[in-house]
Amino acid sequence: MSLILSEEQEFLRDTVREFVQENAPVTALRALRDSQDPDGFSRELWKEMAELGWVGAALPEDLGGAGLGFAELGIVLEECGRTLAASPYLSTAVLGASALELAGTDAQKKELIPEICSGERVWALAFQEGGQFAPFECATVAESAGDGFRLSGEKLFVLDGHVADTLIVTARSAGGSSDREGIRLFLVDPKAAGVEITRTLMVDSRNAARIRFDAVEVDRSAALGQVGTGAATLDAVLDRAAICLSAEMLGSTQEVFERTLQYLKDRQQFGKPIGSFQALKHRAANLFCEVELSKSIVLDALRALDEGRPGLSLIASSCKARCSDTFVLAANEGVQMFGGIGMTDEEEVGLFLKRAKVAAHCFGDGAYHRNRFAALSGY
Amino acid sequence: MSDLDAFRTETREWLEENAPALIRQPIRGDEDTVWGGRNAVYDHPDQKLWLERMGAKGWTCPTWPKEYGGGGLSAEESRVLAEELARLGCRPALFSFGITMLGPVLIEFASEEQKRRFLPPIARGEIRWCQGYSEPGAGSDLAGLQTRAVLDGDEYVVNGQKVWTSYADLSDWIFCLVRTDPDAPKHDGISFLLFDMASSGVEAAPIQLISGSSPFCQTFFQDVRVPKDQLIGKVRGGWTIAKRLLQHERSMISQLGTGGGPRAEGLPELGRRYLGGTEGEPLPDPLIRDRISQFGMDRLCFGATTRRSVDAAKAGRGAGAETSMFKYYGTEMNKRRTELAVEIAGAQGLGWEGEGFSDAEVGLTRGWLRSKGNSIEGGTSEIQLNVIAKRVLGLPD
Ligand SMILES: Cc1cc2nc3c(=O)[nH]c(=O)nc-3n(C[C@H](O)[C@H](O)[C@H](O)COP(=O)(O)OP(=O)(O)OC[C@H]3O[C@@H](n4cnc5c(N)ncnc54)[C@H](O)[C@@H]3O)c2cc1C
Repeated sequence: MSLILSEEQEFLRDTVREFVQENAPVTALRALRDSQDPDGFSRELWKEMAELGWVGAALPEDLGGAGLGFAELGIVLEECGRTLAASPYLSTAVLGASALELAGTDAQKKELIPEICSGERVWALAFQEGGQFAPFECATVAESAGDGFRLSGEKLFVLDGHVADTLIVTARSAGGSSDREGIRLFLVDPKAAGVEITRTLMVDSRNAARIRFDAVEVDRSAALGQVGTGAATLDAVLDRAAICLSAEMLGSTQEVFERTLQYLKDRQQFGKPIGSFQALKHRAANLFCEVELSKSIVLDALRALDEGRPGLSLIASSCKARCSDTFVLAANEGVQMFGGIGMTDEEEVGLFLKRAKVAAHCFGDGAYHRNRFAALSGY
Repeated sequence: MSDLDAFRTETREWLEENAPALIRQPIRGDEDTVWGGRNAVYDHPDQKLWLERMGAKGWTCPTWPKEYGGGGLSAEESRVLAEELARLGCRPALFSFGITMLGPVLIEFASEEQKRRFLPPIARGEIRWCQGYSEPGAGSDLAGLQTRAVLDGDEYVVNGQKVWTSYADLSDWIFCLVRTDPDAPKHDGISFLLFDMASSGVEAAPIQLISGSSPFCQTFFQDVRVPKDQLIGKVRGGWTIAKRLLQHERSMISQLGTGGGPRAEGLPELGRRYLGGTEGEPLPDPLIRDRISQFGMDRLCFGATTRRSVDAAKAGRGAGAETSMFKYYGTEMNKRRTELAVEIAGAQGLGWEGEGFSDAEVGLTRGWLRSKGNSIEGGTSEIQLNVIAKRVLGLPD
C-alpha cells in the first residue's frame, strides 16, 4: 500500500481537521480541565463523531463500522492529536473494540461492537498494575467460583476507567504474577459489587482511573476468548493501541512543531526573528527530520495492520518508541524556544508537553519498546 | 500475468543464468570493488564478465534510455530488477560516479550530441569519472571556487586547483566546476566543464585519509586545453547543474542510512559474536543492546521514509530539498552504526593491521574512520541543516 494518502484519505483528513478544530480545539481540553468536568470528555461530541462513522472507521460494516481501515482510523486520530482532543477513542474504539474483535465470540461481537460504533457505550481495558508499563505483570487473580469466577486485584492508569460502561480486566487463572501464561480477559460491569473506581487526575488532563476488584463475582460467559489465548490477545490489542496512539501523537507532534516554527518566525530579539539564529535553525531542522521519520513509520504501521503484515510487533514497537521520543523532544524544544511564555499555563505549548509525557508512557515508552524490539529480534 | 510479473520471471531467469557464482558473494572491501574505466582492475575474471553482461543489457543504469546505453526500464521494472538482484545476493556490477552523479545531469542538461558521446561509455563502465568541485578555499561555500577557464579560440584554458577529488588519480575524466566569468556575482560566473584527465597540464596527488587509504587527491590544472563543446548547458549556467548533481550525490550517500550496504555485518550478529550470551536470549550488555535496538528501529523508520518519498515522487509530489534530510539523517545514522560496531568488538574493533586481527576486524576499524567523512562529503551535515531550515522550513536569514 502506498505511503501517501489517496484522494479519499486526503478528503477525510480535511473533513476531520475542520470538524475537530471547530468542535474540539485545545481550548476545549482546557475547559474540561478548568471546569473539573466529571466525564472528562464531551459525550455529545463523541456521539457526533460516531454518527460521522469515525469511531468505527476500522470496524466492519456488518458490525456497524465504516468498513474502512486503520489507515483511515489513523487519520482521524492524527487530527484529534493536533488539538489534544479528549475522547474515549483509545479506550473504546481501539482497546475495547480490538479485544472484542480479536477474542470475542460471534455473538459477543454482534451484540457489543455496534454499540461501540454508535458511540453508545464507553469501554475500558484494565491491565496495568504498577507504575511501569508491564502488561504481563498481573497479580490480579480470577479464581473459579461456582459457575463463574471471582476477581481480586488492583489496576491503575485505566484509560476512561471512571466513565466506562464495561470494563475488560486482565486476571490470571493460573501461573505466577510475571508469567505470560495463565492470563485471561474478563468483561466486568463497573457497577458490580466489589468494584471500586477512583478517578486519577493525570498531568495531561485526560481520563484515567485506579480500580480495585475485591472478590468481584462474574459468570462464566464473562471470560473473553479461550483459555490460553489471553496473552496473545493482549499482545495483539496492545500492538494496535501502540500504533493508534502513535498516530494521535504524530498529530500532536506536528502541531507543536508547527507552532514552534511559527514562533521562530514571529518573535523578534536583537532586532531580528529568533528563527534566524543558526543554533535554533539547526535544532528545528533536526526536529523536522525526526518528525518526518515518525510520519513514515506511522503510515507504514497503519498499513501493516490493514495488510496483516508479518512482523507487525516489530513495526508497532518501532512506531511507538519513535513517536514517544519524538513527541517528547518536540514538546521540550517547543517550551524552550517559546522562552518564558512557554512556561505559562496560558500558552498552549505546555499542554502539549504534558500530553507528550503521558502518551509516551501509555502502552510503553521508548525504553520499553527498545527492549521488546530486541527480544523479538532474538538478541 | 501482468507485464511486471512477466518481467520479473524473465529477469529472474536471466540472472540465474548470467550471474556468475562469485558475484553472488558479498564484496570484501575496496580491493574487490569494480570501478571500471580505462585502467579497470578486476580481482577475478567473473567481475569483468558480470560488468560486460550487465553493461550490454544496460542494467548498470536501468532507468536510462536505451539509446544512451541504459536499460530503458520504468521505475517499477527497475525496482523489480533491484529486488531480483538482491534475492540472489548479487553485487553491483559497477560503482561509478558517472552513473550516480554525472549521468542524471547529462540526461537533464546536455545536448543530444553530448549525451550520445558521454553516456554509453559510462553505462558500460569504460570511462571512470571524478568530481572536481571542492577547492582549498571553497568547501561548504562551494560557489566561491576560483579555478578559471578562459576561452581561447575553440578551447577553454583551465588553471587552478581542486582538492579532495576522490579517485582523481585513477579516473579517466573529470566533471569540473570552473569560473568562466570572474566579474559576475559568484553563483553566476560558474560553468560545468568535462575533460580528460590525460590532458596535458593535469596532475593528481593522492592524500592519505585517517582510515589509511588514499582515495582522494589534490588536483592541479595548468593551462589545460579543453574543447569548448565539452561545456555542459549554458556558459555561466554551471551552478544550476552543480546543485542538481549535488542532490543526486546526496541521495547516493544517504542510502548508507539503511545499514552500510551488503558489506556490513548486522549489529545484532556482531553483538552475539563479541558479547556472547545464549542464542535467542538478551545480549549480556543491556546498554549496548538498547543502542543496537534503537539503530534497528531507526533503520526501519528511515527505510519507510525512503519508500514514502518514492511513493510521493510517483504521485508527482517529490520535493528536492528532501534529499538534504536523507543525506543528513542517513549519514549520521551510518556514523552511529560504525561507532557502535567498534564498541561492540572492543579491542578487536580497534586494530590497525597485522597479527591479531581478522580482515573483518580491521575493516571495522577502518570503516568506522571512513564513515566520519560521510557527514562531510557531498555537503556537511551542518550545510544540510541549513538547507532544510531555509528551503523546507522557511526560516529567515
Ligand atoms: C571522503 C571525502 C570525499 C570527498 N570527495 C570529493 C570529491 O570527489 N570531489 C569534491 O569536489 N569534493 C570532495 N570532497 C569534499 C567535500 O565536499 C568538502 O569537504 C565539504 O564540502 C566541506 O568542505 P570543507 O572541507 O572545505 O569544510 P568547510 O567548509 O571548511 O567546513 C568546516 C566546518 O565548518 C562547518 N561550516 C561551514 N560552513 C558553515 C555554515 N554556513 N554553517 C554552519 N557550519 C558551517 C562545516 O559543516 C564543517 O563542520 C570529499 C570530502 C570527503 C571527506
